[in-house]
Amino acid sequence: MLAWRLQAYQHWLTLSPPTWPHVQYSPINFNNISYYSAPKSLKNRPKSLDDVDPKLLETYKKLGIPLHEQAQLAGVAVDAVFDSVSVATTFKEKLADAGVIFCPFSEAVHEHPDLIRHYLGTVVPYTDNFYAALNSAVFSDGSFVYIPKGVRCPMELSTYFRINALNTGQFERTLIIADDDSYVSYLEGCTAPMRDENQLHAAVVELIALDRAEIKYSTVQNWYPGDENGKGGIYNFVTKRGACRGTRSKISWTQVETGSAITWKYPSVVLKGEESVGSFYSVALTNHFQQADTGTKMIHLGKNTKSTIVSKGISAKQGSNAYRGLVRINPTAENARNFTQCDSLLIGDRCAAHTFPYIEAKNATAHIEHEASTSKISDDQLFYCQQRGIDEEEAVSMIVNGFCKEVFKELPMEFAVEAQKLIEVSLEGAVG
Amino acid sequence: MMILEIKNLHANISERPLLKGVNLTISAGEVHAIMGPNGSGKSTLASLLAGKKDYTITEGEILFEGKNIQDLSIDERARLGLFLGFQYPVEIPGVTTAIFLRAAYNSQQKARGLEPIDAMDFLSIVKEKMALINMDPDFLYRSVNEGFSGGEKKRHDIMQMLLLEPKLAILDEIDSGLDIDALQMVSQGINLFRHSERALLLITHYQRLLNHIEPDYVHVFSQGRIVASGDKTLAQKLEKEGYAWLEGGHNA
Repeated sequence: MLAWRLQAYQHWLTLSPPTWPHVQYSPINFNNISYYSAPKSLKNRPKSLDDVDPKLLETYKKLGIPLHEQAQLAGVAVDAVFDSVSVATTFKEKLADAGVIFCPFSEAVHEHPDLIRHYLGTVVPYTDNFYAALNSAVFSDGSFVYIPKGVRCPMELSTYFRINALNTGQFERTLIIADDDSYVSYLEGCTAPMRDENQLHAAVVELIALDRAEIKYSTVQNWYPGDENGKGGIYNFVTKRGACRGTRSKISWTQVETGSAITWKYPSVVLKGEESVGSFYSVALTNHFQQADTGTKMIHLGKNTKSTIVSKGISAKQGSNAYRGLVRINPTAENARNFTQCDSLLIGDRCAAHTFPYIEAKNATAHIEHEASTSKISDDQLFYCQQRGIDEEEAVSMIVNGFCKEVFKELPMEFAVEAQKLIEVSLEGAVG
Repeated sequence: MMILEIKNLHANISERPLLKGVNLTISAGEVHAIMGPNGSGKSTLASLLAGKKDYTITEGEILFEGKNIQDLSIDERARLGLFLGFQYPVEIPGVTTAIFLRAAYNSQQKARGLEPIDAMDFLSIVKEKMALINMDPDFLYRSVNEGFSGGEKKRHDIMQMLLLEPKLAILDEIDSGLDIDALQMVSQGINLFRHSERALLLITHYQRLLNHIEPDYVHVFSQGRIVASGDKTLAQKLEKEGYAWLEGGHNA
């Protein structure tokens, strides 16, 4: 493990931050970042969710979903990452009965070294990119999931991330392995309290689906986006990638990105197994001075592989939103198919939407469809809604939610409700 | 009881005067029709009453149940009970009609100090209203006005009027683009709406709508103001003689 980290660090030193994303920010001094922060004393750390900072719970209440209620009522197992050390793991026994391993990464390194050694870094090697190398060198914790052969995970797995210590970069590492004929749905939700300084978040998520296995990975990201003047906010530079290694395996990414000052994120799928299926459903909202450059990569290697991309970008105020997607059909991928739909919605006249689709087809049997649209919430639409008694903010959020419908329906029920509320909260003050 | 009172209303759109001294009083139980040539300012008056921001009022006032509504937003006016039936109802892709209608209905409930209605109860209320004008309940599950024919859009607007039960409904060219059957159905809805506590203001270019809905008063609009008022026989006169006599008379 240490050797791997050191290699990653040596490699990172040779790299420089990427400049190709369509975002602007001042250079980050990587020596000023603290790479590990734990609650002051391990003895004093929260023992249950009741001990968790009430502010965190308050944010969920504002969204209508108290954490403890969601965990218990909805049967969600929560592995809450509180700063960099996991503090609460629930429903562990029930999962253990099914043979499912769901634990903090640090624990997995000790308890399941063979699995870690066999799979870590095989989807996202440390040589992949600047931030992946940094993460590989310094990551302190994260989540580990293993679903054994033939097991359908009995509940949705969930992790809540939070960044709240001074000057702490968070470098999570998540590794999910779905063995043959298994199924898992993983939910990741994030929130961070008000802060002034920019914080870096450079996580790496690796998914591996073996024969006929299916992984659904859903994210609702609501990190502090900075204030109305663009001050503060999280930098979210994340590498997420899944590998459909097995025949007829499936990986699906669904994300609702409303937070962070800057989002740089491309959850991707490498479709290696024959007849494997990859999908990406995304809603990205940028308000005020938020910037997002997000999208996906679908790399088709196997025969009869299929991928679907549905991306919905919403920009308000001076927000800037870019979709960047790559669909690559390799020569080996006979009869591969892709469908891409990429829609942008503009609110007001100072925001921006950009689309950068890359399509590389190296096999003549490929079927690739790309649809794109850009629309604006028109004054006439608002007039119509308001004339029926609906106030302007409610009208805007109704129209935006309608625009996002195709993506929201991919989310697990309780997450869809949260996502809808999140859009409303995020658009407060977006009009007028 | 007086519902709407417009006193000497003058209004501009980007410095260009559109309304030049409109006076009109509408009381509960009355049906008024405003007729006039295209471009005379009829639709401007409708949008302005609803609160559209494109206009500047330079003189005069608008009272709704005795209260000056000039500074109220579009939705505040709507919640007081002012409804506008649109000449071209707009499409809102992705927004399910049932969700839209319930939001509108509950905003009225709130304004009237009543509890919001849940989705199940709402469905039975709205389906009842739809049945009144032969509107297929399947429309509830489609996006607002998206892919509706011209006639379906108008019918949808009239259904909303029946659902929201405003005090004053202003219907702007509700008859335009309707075939005979659709006109019949829309008129039936409008007649159902007539009530001693409510008022209607019909804005139309043609007399044919008034064969289905009998107005108490007819006003002729020309060059930004009302130039003649009378009973329904005035509409018949316009049908026979056109608007030319007015324009001529006015200029002389």
